[in-house]
Amino acid sequence: MLFDHLSVRDGSVAKRMRRLAAGLRIYVTEAALLLPALLACIPVFILVTGSVMGRGELAAYLLPVLNDSGGYIDWKLMPDYPTFENYQRLLLETPQFFVLFWNSIRMTAVILLGQLVIGVPAAWAFAAYEFPLRKGVLTVYIVLMLLPFQVTMLSGYLVLDGMGLMNTQQAVILPAVFSTFPVFICYGGFSGIPKEMLDSARMDGAGEALIFIRFGLPLGKGGILSALVLGFLEYWNLMEQPLAFLEDKALWPLSLYLPEIGWQQAGYAFAASLITLIPAVFVFLSGQDYLEKGIVYTGLKG
Amino acid sequence: MGKKRAWIFFLLPSFAGTLLFVICPFADVVRRSFLTAITGRFVGLKNYRTIFGNAAFRTAMKNTFLFTAFCIPLLVAMGLLIALALSQTEHLRLIKSLYLFPMAMPTAAIAIVWKMLFYKQGFFNKYLAAFFPGGNPESLGDPVDYLGTGAAFFLLAATYIWKNLGYTIVLWLAGIMGINGEMLEAAKVDGAGKAQRLIYILLPSLKSSMYTIVVLSFLNSFKIYREAYLVAGPYPHESIYMLQHLFNNWFVNLDLDKMAAAAVVCGAVFLAGILLLQRAWKVS
Repeated sequence: MLFDHLSVRDGSVAKRMRRLAAGLRIYVTEAALLLPALLACIPVFILVTGSVMGRGELAAYLLPVLNDSGGYIDWKLMPDYPTFENYQRLLLETPQFFVLFWNSIRMTAVILLGQLVIGVPAAWAFAAYEFPLRKGVLTVYIVLMLLPFQVTMLSGYLVLDGMGLMNTQQAVILPAVFSTFPVFICYGGFSGIPKEMLDSARMDGAGEALIFIRFGLPLGKGGILSALVLGFLEYWNLMEQPLAFLEDKALWPLSLYLPEIGWQQAGYAFAASLITLIPAVFVFLSGQDYLEKGIVYTGLKG
Repeated sequence: MGKKRAWIFFLLPSFAGTLLFVICPFADVVRRSFLTAITGRFVGLKNYRTIFGNAAFRTAMKNTFLFTAFCIPLLVAMGLLIALALSQTEHLRLIKSLYLFPMAMPTAAIAIVWKMLFYKQGFFNKYLAAFFPGGNPESLGDPVDYLGTGAAFFLLAATYIWKNLGYTIVLWLAGIMGINGEMLEAAKVDGAGKAQRLIYILLPSLKSSMYTIVVLSFLNSFKIYREAYLVAGPYPHESIYMLQHLFNNWFVNLDLDKMAAAAVVCGAVFLAGILLLQRAWKVS
């Protein structure tokens, strides 16, 4: 009885302590999570600093690799004499770079456009209609989506060779247009649309094409954009297919060309890498919500 | 077009393309796997015997299996731990973005950074030598070229986890956010501790996320070839010589009959794996 007031005070102190501890725990957790995440971004910092480093400075830091001597390479977070000479050389004096940049843009754009025209309606067929073997066909689509390129490499080569498309950009573009991956993602976006809504539109006399355009496309926008974002990151980074199917280096995308730049031209390589990185970062930042949604859609069951 | 037939028009272009570019040619590959490459003579299972007797094929199969068996459980567990911790923080979006970022970085654009890290004269060796002076005389006197030793396997595994952790976290988080909060609250009221709630409520509800994550991680584990190829070339150290290298090298050498048999074997293994996982996941 006598100490009642004390225990009440103790309680409030304990409560405050607990709240403080909980707040502190969140900070500690966040710090612990942030550190490896920041480490994950180090390659970008190296690219940025390298791209504004002069030729002489780079040569000094990378000397051990350049002449394969003993010792280790060195680096600085901030170059002593920041310069844009690498970019200047790349953008003004290397027309070849533009050819490859344009190759990458063209292939990515045509593939994504083709996927929109071919894949989105296919996803709509799976989401909005019941038809015989629907489940079976969808399973086939999922399996095809999951098969690694190497397994279908020979079959892809045989058909492309038969069509006379080897060593043309069509050899990379056409198979990608018919990829089942975007179909599956868009299907995820469409599957949330209630069928009753479509049925009532039909009662009002809307045709099937109109229903797709009026309801499917706007309501499934999330899935379609997700497929585009994931697709962009994939095709901007394309390596296996062009490596196998494109012999002529003038047809290559940037992603194959960058690694060919030697240590002697490190500054140039840094600048070219950074410029390749920019569109991907732009798409990533502006489409992150759709990216995450798309990742979650890949997880939907058939 | 009526409701009954409309699906055909929507599906046909895609399905026809799939038939033309994948299904029919793959059927042709199955047929070719029983023939010789040049004369097209029927040889039964000879190609299959050849590849199973081929040392490179066996190494590649073994390495691919080891890589998958090592990386996927690690990736899945790390993703879960981070997602669980993340779900209790306030700046979820920012931290998640940072983890996702490597996924957006084109492999080719950072190939040069990998080389700077892992080459003989690279940072990796440099810091190893700095932190363990004397402890690792090999790296002190004459730096080890890690890409040329068995360590290449672990470097590649680390690269894989670096690249894939982000989407694993996103998938786990989506699963965690979808869990019924009332159930957790009720368990808490009933006196279930943190560990109990994790084991009896959280983990069972995350089973379907797990299936997705495993399948996608597996699919993406094949794309590690990009990093491996860019940093170590078509014939890397034996410990990271994987099926992807093998297929590519057979392709370059036009060993089409071996390739056909190997494609059929791998295709069958993957198909079985996918269907088994799917079944295991549906039953539960």
